[in-house]
Amino acid sequence: MSAAAPASFEARPRRLARGEALVGLLLSLPAGVAYFLMLLLPSLATILLAFTDYELGALEWAWIGAANFEEMLADRGFAVALRNTVIYVGFVTPLSILLGLGVALLIEAGIRGRALFRAVFFLPVVSLTVAMAAAWQYLLHPTIGPLNAFLRLLGVASPPFWLSSSDWVLLSLGAIGTWENIGYNMVLFLAGLSAIPRELYHAAEVDGTKTWLDRFRLVTWPMLGPTTLFVLTITMIRSIRVFDTVAVLTQGGPNKASEVLLHTMYKEGFTFMRLGYSAAITLVFLMMVLGLVWLQTKALDKRVHYG
Amino acid sequence: MQGISIRSVSRHFGSVRALDKVSLDVAAGEFVALVGPSGCGKSTLMRIVAGIESADAGSLSIGSRDVSALRAAERNVAMVFQNYALYPHLTVSENIAVPLAMRRLSALERLPLIGHMMPGLSQKRAAIATDVLQAAQSLGLDALLDRKPGQLSGGQRQRVALARAIVRHPDAFLMDEPLSNLDAALRVQTRREIVEIHRRVGAATLYVTHDQSEALTMADRVAVMQAGQILQVSSPEAIYHDPQDIRVATFIGSPRINLISAAANAAGHVHIAGKSSGLQATPGPVTIAIRPENLRIESNGIPCVAKVSNFSGKACCFMRAIAPVMKPLSYGFRQKCRARMTVR
Amino acid sequence: MAKRDLRSLWADTPRLLVLGFLALLLLMPYIWMISASVKPLDELFRASLNLWPERFYGVENYRQVFSQIPVFGYLWNGVVVCAGILFFQLLFAVPAAYALAKLHFPGRDLALGLVMLGLLVPPHVPALPLYVAFSKMGLLNTYAALILPFTISVFAIFLFRQFFKALPDELVHAARLDGIGEFEIVWRVILPNAWPAATAFAIFSVVAHWNDLFWPLIVIEGQARATPALGVLYFRSDEAGDDFAALMAAAVIMTLPLVLAFLFAQRRFVEGIATTGLKG
Repeated sequence: MSAAAPASFEARPRRLARGEALVGLLLSLPAGVAYFLMLLLPSLATILLAFTDYELGALEWAWIGAANFEEMLADRGFAVALRNTVIYVGFVTPLSILLGLGVALLIEAGIRGRALFRAVFFLPVVSLTVAMAAAWQYLLHPTIGPLNAFLRLLGVASPPFWLSSSDWVLLSLGAIGTWENIGYNMVLFLAGLSAIPRELYHAAEVDGTKTWLDRFRLVTWPMLGPTTLFVLTITMIRSIRVFDTVAVLTQGGPNKASEVLLHTMYKEGFTFMRLGYSAAITLVFLMMVLGLVWLQTKALDKRVHYG
Repeated sequence: MQGISIRSVSRHFGSVRALDKVSLDVAAGEFVALVGPSGCGKSTLMRIVAGIESADAGSLSIGSRDVSALRAAERNVAMVFQNYALYPHLTVSENIAVPLAMRRLSALERLPLIGHMMPGLSQKRAAIATDVLQAAQSLGLDALLDRKPGQLSGGQRQRVALARAIVRHPDAFLMDEPLSNLDAALRVQTRREIVEIHRRVGAATLYVTHDQSEALTMADRVAVMQAGQILQVSSPEAIYHDPQDIRVATFIGSPRINLISAAANAAGHVHIAGKSSGLQATPGPVTIAIRPENLRIESNGIPCVAKVSNFSGKACCFMRAIAPVMKPLSYGFRQKCRARMTVR
Repeated sequence: MAKRDLRSLWADTPRLLVLGFLALLLLMPYIWMISASVKPLDELFRASLNLWPERFYGVENYRQVFSQIPVFGYLWNGVVVCAGILFFQLLFAVPAAYALAKLHFPGRDLALGLVMLGLLVPPHVPALPLYVAFSKMGLLNTYAALILPFTISVFAIFLFRQFFKALPDELVHAARLDGIGEFEIVWRVILPNAWPAATAFAIFSVVAHWNDLFWPLIVIEGQARATPALGVLYFRSDEAGDDFAALMAAAVIMTLPLVLAFLFAQRRFVEGIATTGLKG
């Protein structure tokens, strides 16, 4: 009797746990299958592909080790694409963060027009990128574009050919990228601002802060630390992915002056069908993204986390 | 030594009257507790005194200075917040130093890099560090100076908030429910410490709480507030034993005071359930308020039903209903009213 | 805050002026896009800075777009693809997220690790092998090719798991005591409580896939299955050539649906993007 009692007590939970385990597995199964087929397997295949000379339609392929990466090092086109991507990210990130923060602070500073301005600045996020790229193409058109018409009105004799001059094209794309990202960053900053406890501002006032700048330095900026770091990473990751505007507006031109990483990867893979080489570029792209995330986690551990 | 003087301060939120011509004086060195149910306007009043919110009407002076038009930064009041409101990115010593740095250093001197090039800064900083250390030591915080608020317990954070408040020798001390986030044991201990700090610093203190026992045990005088009005300002003893308003009587005291409807006859004798109570009042219906601990059970008292009984250490029995029940029409009180009851 | 409420319009003016100026700059592409879409081509080529056309040509421009490209076909494709993606994402992610948040089963930690790993991988990484596989299976130019790669959203699993973890365990326990089956719990107890997260994610997902160009460009050729993004691209290169007026009209038409949806449910959009953004 005394030995049987504990056993019967244990039996129930064990049966329950087994049932729960089964349910848990079954519920995760569809997602697991999709994950395996659509994400894990193809991503691993990309890694393998990067070490082959596979071309779509070719009859045979071979392992070629790191030859794709060696080719990449020698490829001027890739070097240009990499450089352009870094310049683009370096342009869009600080500008769209500063403007996003500025707009968020201005909106938060008062009551009037909050919803209106928030909607206006958010508009580019929900607008069809390709269509807006077309609008930009018109706006920046060298001869019939309103921007140059305006510049001529101001007395600029020969305004730049924004999208077809190798000096200006990256800057123009960067401006469009900034325009696309401001609203997104603004929304994240607004969320960050609204999470700052009001009492901290009250304490700052009682503690003797007299100006807006004092309160910004004592409360707002430090309290926004985690948000800013997150916005920084997400903006870099978003802008490193630049593809739509390049594909629509310049296709990397003129003379590779606006060639970027993903566009090169797209061209190599889907235009020239050199899947092995394209996969190698994809890996470089992945490494850059992972590097950014790694930097973010390191910074998060170190600086801006207040426990 | 400075006192706080609030003169018919009003504040509206839309159509809601949060404060209705409130006047209150806190003498120099006095500790006044402002107690009332949540939403009665006590926190709004405190914020107006601090300068965080503005009043629609009325005036406010600290000492001989009219501070109505001054900003919070210029009023030299210190405030302790309910959630402590410590700057989470600053260490304990930096937190305590903030009010001093804001007052003693110019905007230029506070800049991270340029500031260091300003002449005389190191002496100023050293003076601030000395004051911070002194304030921290007086609250037993010296071992925690390099920690961040996130690494501190609730009680320790509370002390940091207090240290930040006393470090600048403020003209007035404002405390907004400073103990409500502490657990029960710590709360009672911290009560005593706050009173001691108040004695040591000696600044006029306005202390907002919804906890009447806090108000009664800590304050020199208690102001009871309800619906945007101050009903009574008296010593804790007077508030408890001699409330001037039935709302004060029912708000203060736990368990709640008993309210008995009765009537005074033409001769002014008050009868309860046909029996003489021994009380006098103007003829007509009256309400008698009796604290539970003042009831005694006797065999030949007024017949009544004990509906609730609480045990609170001492034998304390109280009742909630007297038969017959009449609706209270007017209010009348007698100090130290005792009644003899027969429990049926 | 209270002091700011009372601040006079006069004191608020600088803020409104700066915001207004920035907003106007930001709206420039929209303003000129709409303006150009109602101008005749010859007027466009004169590059005048008048916003309003001398000769209103909107009807002709828009009619040209509708006659030359299957506008409703593109929009319909966009709706089908976004709805299909969202449907499968929720179908797969919600039960998995519930299991990861509230149930104990072998391999749960591994599954969680895989989800975290998946969060780090941009959708461009599996694109090449998926393209090869779809091409070998003859799936190119189908809805399936547009939808399948996005049926699994690790981000959705992550987001819903965070959300479900915050729901009290008692909710599940009470449902069990009431005799609701384990699978039923997902749909009858968990999903109704997941609405805020689901709306936020739906907005995030629809915005992302309605606007996506990369993947449709890879797997779609021709107009039959083209999404709005591809539609504009096609119209730009094939039909319009240098006809910016018609191109702008096409751009307006294709941009309008999502922008209208946004204007009607602004708050939800902004909150949706903010919550999904901050959790991600």
